[in-house]
Amino acid sequence: MITAALEEREHYLNASYGLKSWLLTKDHKRIALLYLGTITLFFALGGLFATMIRIELLTPQPDLVSSETYNKLFTMHGVIMVFLFLVPSIPATLGNFFLPIMIGAKDLAFPKLNLLSWYLLVAGGLCTLGAMFAGGVDTGWTFYTPYSSTYSNTYVIATALGIFIAGFSSILTGLNFIVTVHRMRAPGMTWFRLPLFVWSNYATSLIMVLGTPVLAVTILLVGCERLFHIGIFDPALGGDPVLFQHMFWFYSHPAVYIMVLPGMGVVSELVATFSRKRVFGYGFVAFSSVAIAVLGFLVWGHHLFVSGQSVYAGMVFSFLSYFVAVPSAIKVFNWTATLYKGSISYDTPMLYAFGFIGLFTMGGLTGLFLAALGIDVHVTDTYFVVAHFHYIMVGGTLMAYLGGMHYWWPKMTGRMYPEGWAKLSALVVFLGFNLTFFPQFVLGYLGMPRRYHVYPPEFQVLHVMSTAGASVLAVGYLMPLVYFLWSLRYGKLAPANPWGATGLEWQTSSPPPTHNFEEPPVVTHEAYDFAALLEEAQVG
Amino acid sequence: MGNRFPLFPVEASTVAPSVDHLLFYLLGVSIFFTVLIFSAIFYFAIKYRRRSETELPPEIHGSTKLEIAWSIIPFGLAMVMFAWGAKVYFEIERPPDDALDVYVVAKQWMWKLQHKEGQREINELHIPLGRAVKLTMTSLDVIHSFYVPDFRTKQDVLPGRYTTTWFKPTRVGKYHLFCAEYCGTKHSGMIGWVYVMEPQDYQAWLSGGAGGGSLAENGQKLFQELACDNCHHMDGHGRCPSLQGVYGSKVLLTNGQTVVADDAYVRESILQPNAKVVSGYQSIMPTFQGLVTEEGVLQLIEYIKSLKTQPGAAPAAAPARGGVQPPAGGAAAQR
Repeated sequence: MITAALEEREHYLNASYGLKSWLLTKDHKRIALLYLGTITLFFALGGLFATMIRIELLTPQPDLVSSETYNKLFTMHGVIMVFLFLVPSIPATLGNFFLPIMIGAKDLAFPKLNLLSWYLLVAGGLCTLGAMFAGGVDTGWTFYTPYSSTYSNTYVIATALGIFIAGFSSILTGLNFIVTVHRMRAPGMTWFRLPLFVWSNYATSLIMVLGTPVLAVTILLVGCERLFHIGIFDPALGGDPVLFQHMFWFYSHPAVYIMVLPGMGVVSELVATFSRKRVFGYGFVAFSSVAIAVLGFLVWGHHLFVSGQSVYAGMVFSFLSYFVAVPSAIKVFNWTATLYKGSISYDTPMLYAFGFIGLFTMGGLTGLFLAALGIDVHVTDTYFVVAHFHYIMVGGTLMAYLGGMHYWWPKMTGRMYPEGWAKLSALVVFLGFNLTFFPQFVLGYLGMPRRYHVYPPEFQVLHVMSTAGASVLAVGYLMPLVYFLWSLRYGKLAPANPWGATGLEWQTSSPPPTHNFEEPPVVTHEAYDFAALLEEAQVG
Repeated sequence: MGNRFPLFPVEASTVAPSVDHLLFYLLGVSIFFTVLIFSAIFYFAIKYRRRSETELPPEIHGSTKLEIAWSIIPFGLAMVMFAWGAKVYFEIERPPDDALDVYVVAKQWMWKLQHKEGQREINELHIPLGRAVKLTMTSLDVIHSFYVPDFRTKQDVLPGRYTTTWFKPTRVGKYHLFCAEYCGTKHSGMIGWVYVMEPQDYQAWLSGGAGGGSLAENGQKLFQELACDNCHHMDGHGRCPSLQGVYGSKVLLTNGQTVVADDAYVRESILQPNAKVVSGYQSIMPTFQGLVTEEGVLQLIEYIKSLKTQPGAAPAAAPARGGVQPPAGGAAAQR
């Protein structure tokens, strides 16, 4: 009976058909799915490059590829994963889909702008992929000058242009989110009733709007030097070789928080739902997101401790970097405290959330090592840094993204995924991840520099462990891809609220109607009020 | 070296133990918090597992006291990391005065090193045990980074600028030298070895080197070849300032500023003479950009340095006006 009702009911997926209905849609939910498809392809490509890197590093000698190719592989891996996958990942898919619904809005404030931002990501992505097929780029995703502006003989401009264009996608998304949160909240949805996922996406949007233009300016300057030989970064032309690093990290350090803050928002939702409790210290968790966004702009110089900047500048940046540790620690402690006296279930999203907390804790703590001046001198530009940021980006953001995908998949598609396989995937990803990246901390402290195609033989055992882990990790990532697709056709039909969660998104049907709610919602209690939910259920 | 599966690097310099002690503190703090978080999660997850589908846990909104506690305690521990890290950083960044000078010119993809005594090496550095060694480095092309993991020191090497690093080896042996800043195709081939030798072996090695003359001697030759001495008369009566005793002194400029005549200043004065003109002189010096190599500049610097201590020459005492001692009636009178 329920099945029949669901099949007949009109929702955003069956409201219209045909390619045009997707490519010209203004529905934030459909745009989210466009993003989902796009970034999944980018992730697959970035993952393919990572696989080739790990296979090459099985032995100390060059065997699979030449040095030129190896350098292009790690560059394209970084460029794709950072700019085309991680930055858009959670905000553009889960954020796009759920931010409006969670605040009780019909759509984002600017639906056409939202569609435009997807097209910009696609255009930027095509530009970057075009550069790759034309011959690739070998500067590293950090594009340090004067190598990128003068010495590299690869497709720097085309790649950077792609990043430039994709940057506008992220600026527009940020703008859209900010205006939406300010102007589109349902009656009764006060700021302190916002789900924490909304808070964290709001903080992320601030960084996107304020930080990304600096990246655009930096790319333009590299272009000016490369094309017109205007001396900005190359001392041979009268430029300053370190200036680029300041400008690049002024965006790219906050960009780390663009990547991880939305993940923190997802985890707040998951922890609350699967322990049936309001997030402990809601206000502290909400404001810690904003604090991270603000402090993130003050720490870029910690990437330059050995670049020749003054020792006093180094001290200031080290000092400020430790301030970021506090809001991050607050979040971890509050998530843990939320579990206390909770009603904890082990559904797949919660397993991913546990994984996130564990890996983010390790990633965050190793960040303290890098902020310590005396240690950073030794470990910067080694595998220690590589391991650290993969713990944050992959162990943090990607775990949260997968957790969120499992959590909201029933809502997005109206289908349940196979729970057993999903639990297994969470376990495989967690184990594979640690096997891949933990040995890299040891490698880094031993002194193995990053971006090395060939390396001294005594590092081989640890590299082999890392490569073995990467193959486990690859299996862990392929599993959800397969069973999610499988579930679209064969998955059980999802009820409106499969997890007993409190957010507004669970009060509308799965999948939601085009305008999100049959009737405009009115919010009468704060976020994560499970008592009220249960009461309503009993009354209902 | 011999170890096929090392897990921790050798400590081969005076700063290495300092860095490692700081590491152990951080490891201690990190392991404590990791264990704390992991065990709390496991404990709560098991103890408070969902027992019925309808159960409703008690509402707990939070605790300001706890929030303050878990903000302040980690912050305090982090401030110790900051202060300790800064202390070690100063140790790493500040070379002692008695350090041996070695000059490094990096290029895609090799390290060229020159000892003061004149020995030149490529991708190898021989140094004596127990003596501090200071490297003054520059790059001919892109940014490189001079990294000796067993010494725990690393310093980026920039084009158009000098950076320095130093270390005092404490163990005889052969240690990896890596380029740590990605510099293009053969980045991973820009490697070499640092050989730490017993002082007597080092002396033997020094004297066994090719006798091309010391850096200062080569600098002096270059000084004459480039006809610098046409204008820079050592008696101070030339059209340009005497270089006697200039190195390390304070120099008064035409714009009223004062600079210390260090390596960077001398290099700039050779390559961009008009950037900073000494008070009392006109900017008549042509640029030597393209006429003298970076190695040549370093030789000239060593020569100018040697003028400071040459016995019998004019005293290197700071001139009365704080500028380079101008000639009594020479160039200054030309204005």
